[in-house]
Amino acid sequence: MTAVYQRIFTVEQDDYASAGLVSSLIKESLRYMGISPAVVRRVAVATYEAEINMIIHAYGGTITLEIGDDGTIHLLAKDNGPGIPDIEKALTPGFSTASKKAMELGFGAGMGLPNIKRNADVFHIESSPEGTILDLLFKEKS
Amino acid sequence: MTAAEIVETLGAKPLAVSDFHPLTKEYVSAFATDLMSDALAMIQESPEDTVLLTGLCNQQALRTAQMLDIELIIIVRGKEFNEEVLRMSRNMGVNVFSTHFTMYEACGKLYQRGLKAIV
Repeated sequence: MTAVYQRIFTVEQDDYASAGLVSSLIKESLRYMGISPAVVRRVAVATYEAEINMIIHAYGGTITLEIGDDGTIHLLAKDNGPGIPDIEKALTPGFSTASKKAMELGFGAGMGLPNIKRNADVFHIESSPEGTILDLLFKEKS
Repeated sequence: MTAAEIVETLGAKPLAVSDFHPLTKEYVSAFATDLMSDALAMIQESPEDTVLLTGLCNQQALRTAQMLDIELIIIVRGKEFNEEVLRMSRNMGVNVFSTHFTMYEACGKLYQRGLKAIV
């Protein structure tokens, strides 16, 4: 896949006021490009969960959106730590380490990573104390 | 049920009304939660025909609706949006109403009138 479009968005730690803004921009861009609504929705949900995670659990990070020449959507979410100690646990629906502040926002259901995994066609996660990398691909279903 | 019938059943008052989604539009299902990730996980089929009932009245309720293409939100327990959230809902073009009923009562009334659970 050769990327024909790339845009990098920055997500700030604890920036609760802007939470969801990056996802909303990404969603609008994809819609504008004529990607089908079902795919746009899957990307939007995954991006939104990743963005919220960066704000409530991590020290901020970046979300890179790339569109390939074959129409594949590539999303790379990279945060600045502190990492996920047990990825398997974090992928278990219902498991949550969310703070009181995150709960007030309506998050902490323990569905964040499971939601991301379910919506992406290819899901890859790596985590260390330096940060977590989520590498996601979304394809138009034929 | 149309949006207007839902609003009437719940005696709900408008917080934000959109030009894009008329109140004559038919809705087939509803989902009620205060946890936005649950909404993001559960509402998969035809979210544009699904009503979101929630007691969460911050920006994240709106963002969740936006990601899912949900067009009608009912705020329960008589809560209201603050100015900033109101402004955002107007900009987003979503219909938001507030009912004084609790989540349980609001769901019961809508279920009785034929609004289904999500599939």
